Amino acid sequence: MRFFLRRLSHALFVLAGVSILTFLFTTLAPGNYFDEMRLNPQIAPESLAALRAQYQLDRPLPIRYASWVNSVLHGEMGFSFAYNSPVAPILFVRARNTLLLTITATLLAWGIALPLGIWSAERFGRLPDRLLSWATAALLVVPDLALALGLLVLAVRTGWFPTGGMTSLDFASLPLGGKLRDLALHMTLPVVALVLSALPLLIRHVRAAVAEVLDAPFMLAAKGHGIPRRTLLYRYALRAAANPLISLFGFSIGALLSGSLLIEVVMSWPGLGPLLLESILSRDLYVVIGGVLLSTLFLVSGNFLADILLYWADPRIRTESGVR
Amino acid sequence: MEVKTSFNDSDMPPLLRIDKLVKRYDRRNLSGAREVLFALDGASFAVARGTTLAIVGESGSGKSTLAFCISCLEQPTSGSIWFEGTDIIGLAESDRRQVRPQIQLIFQDPSNSLNPRWSVEEILLEPLALQGKLTREGMKQRAVTLMVQVGLSPGMFGRLPAQLSGGQRQRLAIARALALEPKLLILDEALSALDCSVQAQIANLLMELQRNLGMTYLFITHDLAMAAHLADEIAVMNRGRIVEQGPAQRVLQHPTEEITKNLISAMPSFDSAARPPLES
Amino acid sequence: MGQTGLSMVPILEVQDLHVSYSTLGGASYSALAGVSFQLMPKEILGVLGESGSGKSTLATSLLSLLPSNGKISRGSVLFEGKDILRMSTGELQQIRGKHISLVYQEPSVALHPTIRAGEQIYRVLAAHDSAPKSTLRSKTRHVLASLFPEEADRISNSYPHQLSGGQRQRVLIAQAIACGPSLLIADEPTASLDSTTQREIVGVFRTLRDELGYAMIFITHNPALLAGFADRLLVLYSGRVAELGPARTVLSSPKHPYTRALFQSMPKTLEDNGITRKTRLPVISGDSSAAPIPSEGCVFEPRCPERMEDCRKREPVPVNLGGSHTVSCFKYGG
Repeated sequence: MRFFLRRLSHALFVLAGVSILTFLFTTLAPGNYFDEMRLNPQIAPESLAALRAQYQLDRPLPIRYASWVNSVLHGEMGFSFAYNSPVAPILFVRARNTLLLTITATLLAWGIALPLGIWSAERFGRLPDRLLSWATAALLVVPDLALALGLLVLAVRTGWFPTGGMTSLDFASLPLGGKLRDLALHMTLPVVALVLSALPLLIRHVRAAVAEVLDAPFMLAAKGHGIPRRTLLYRYALRAAANPLISLFGFSIGALLSGSLLIEVVMSWPGLGPLLLESILSRDLYVVIGGVLLSTLFLVSGNFLADILLYWADPRIRTESGVR
Repeated sequence: MEVKTSFNDSDMPPLLRIDKLVKRYDRRNLSGAREVLFALDGASFAVARGTTLAIVGESGSGKSTLAFCISCLEQPTSGSIWFEGTDIIGLAESDRRQVRPQIQLIFQDPSNSLNPRWSVEEILLEPLALQGKLTREGMKQRAVTLMVQVGLSPGMFGRLPAQLSGGQRQRLAIARALALEPKLLILDEALSALDCSVQAQIANLLMELQRNLGMTYLFITHDLAMAAHLADEIAVMNRGRIVEQGPAQRVLQHPTEEITKNLISAMPSFDSAARPPLES
Repeated sequence: MGQTGLSMVPILEVQDLHVSYSTLGGASYSALAGVSFQLMPKEILGVLGESGSGKSTLATSLLSLLPSNGKISRGSVLFEGKDILRMSTGELQQIRGKHISLVYQEPSVALHPTIRAGEQIYRVLAAHDSAPKSTLRSKTRHVLASLFPEEADRISNSYPHQLSGGQRQRVLIAQAIACGPSLLIADEPTASLDSTTQREIVGVFRTLRDELGYAMIFITHNPALLAGFADRLLVLYSGRVAELGPARTVLSSPKHPYTRALFQSMPKTLEDNGITRKTRLPVISGDSSAAPIPSEGCVFEPRCPERMEDCRKREPVPVNLGGSHTVSCFKYGG
């Protein structure tokens, strides 16, 4: 209990801190939303001043922060100048799309990395393992951007996959099965790009963690008891190697999130990435803050989840001291 | 309660005297409740200079905690440790630094106390370098002397601990301990992990060093037979306290405490014509 | 002989076992050379060996559990007539844990750190018994109760790091006997325990043998543990059988110079009134694990206090001294 409360308070602290810092940096950065309008000679300076006053851009910082927090508590999270609506609804739609991508990619990446890593660890040092190591090293070297662009080229050349976006134009008119298929097709390339960018790190770590455990005395003892191979690998070895892997899991969520931002932009996936980009460029202040905060929330939740998993998986963490 | 040894009547004060030593650990168990553990619960005894006191007891009796407290690796909760007439618990850190080299600790498993990446030579030079008294040449000479003293060949300087046998590693640990010219050597189950025949070799070495260098030993063990062979006095420890202490022969043949009787009866032994006859 | 029944057929027959390990540099060194012995049902064979004797290699090779750099170059291990060394992986998996069990060394690392003790025993049962889960669970409880008469449930739910050394050792024993094996191999099961617990564990083995009727190979470096416990004793030195015979005989009047020297180096206990206290213990010169193995002649010769001319020229073969006591030493012929 104490453990959870401590972790939870850490998380809240981080979120609060991030919100303050983001607020600070974005407001201190030169320029504001209405600068673009200033260039337009048809708009009178007085109108601009009125607009700025309306959006409270003239008030001192702490007051603006306070009213923003107030807005958050009301579920609005500030106001978007560009979209002319409260920030929250815009953010949540985009966030949902990003999560769709990230969660799928996480599950897929781990689903591939675990068996491959275990397979590799079993054959440690031998030819199949070394071939896989070279392959992952090669993949590691390729930048995410190149991966994404390469996949797009593939899509264009073969026409098998759509080249961007989340849904086709006629999405609304499709039956449920068709909708799912359409969504899946659109998701494929971004997910593949994300998975490919994350796989090398995951496979290497799974391989290392499992290889270290395979030589442990308790593995040999279990083998001596006639425990069959599959149980040995997936129940015994994996559980013993769980600690570093769970920590890696928490980290991988963060990595996939930041990777997804880039890939969404390249592949026109309507997630947080493109939203953040355009709102930063146009100084849509509260959208930026909201976006950063949401991303932070995902990151922190991922790590919190990892902490919980670790607590559940390793009894030695639960008992603060062992016996004798 | 006055702490006695059978050597009290000699004119020399004991080298080491422990008085009502207490070490308390506060922990939290699973449900968050506080748990108090008294690893040492008022232990008292004394060791005369140049002799061996064996501390015997089962696991959990507090023997290792005792070793750590005396060698200044742990701070006791209360009580006093008199070393050469000074209470080392109350000392300032700078003074304690003078005392520490004089009390050395040998652990049960030399593979854990020797840095596996250092060569034998580096392991021996480390304490000498920290002491800072000798030149580089002087240190190397001293290292050679130490090796010979413990029965190792200086040709082993370049080897790693993993390349040595258990007995050789333990000899190295002893050599390292001797580098600082200690007065008191605490052996915490130092022979327990060794083969029987190797135990005999190291036991002989220890006795020889005691004769030549006048070492005082605190021999902590659960092996009563070896304690009986090496020790002048035996102290029996149970639950953080010394329950019985006296000359080795007396404790073994006329034990007064239940614990002692149990330990004696648990001693594995066997009769063999191969053993040395009684009269030699 | 006219007797019939199981007692005349050995349950285990090791014939001329040769095991070697290859090191990274390509060289190989021999761990066992020509080990042969028989084990009768319900018999307890004590194997006495120090570091470098090959005792752990013996334990693992009997179940074909050698690491990848180990090689069995010659010999056979016949269990109930079938050669274990030539079995397939599937057959081996059937035998391990069910007919032959290994009580592994070092209880602190032989148990999985994050799986509860009860489940670790359950897994062994599940690997060999396709009975429904509830049956297996009650069997688990039964096994635990036989080793922990009072706190079986608490132990079952505990993790290894919450148990004491003696308790962990009992859990290992529970895993080993769970499926009712006919042969138990224990490799230094009491090495890291204090003397009271050591005695307890030996007692546990003895009680279980009486109840369950298994044969046992008890490997240790401490001869005192085998007194009053082992039926026969095998002395292993540098991968070879130095001496083999009834435990009482070998302990009270050992014939091989190594065995004699080993017993001599142990401190006497109480009987001598402290006369030998603080005297130099007679030791075997040199170090068994570090000693170079001579390429021909007796392996013990470099350290033997009773060596003779012949000892350097050829290796001794077992000589029968009568009463099923054999010695490999030229002093007795051969």
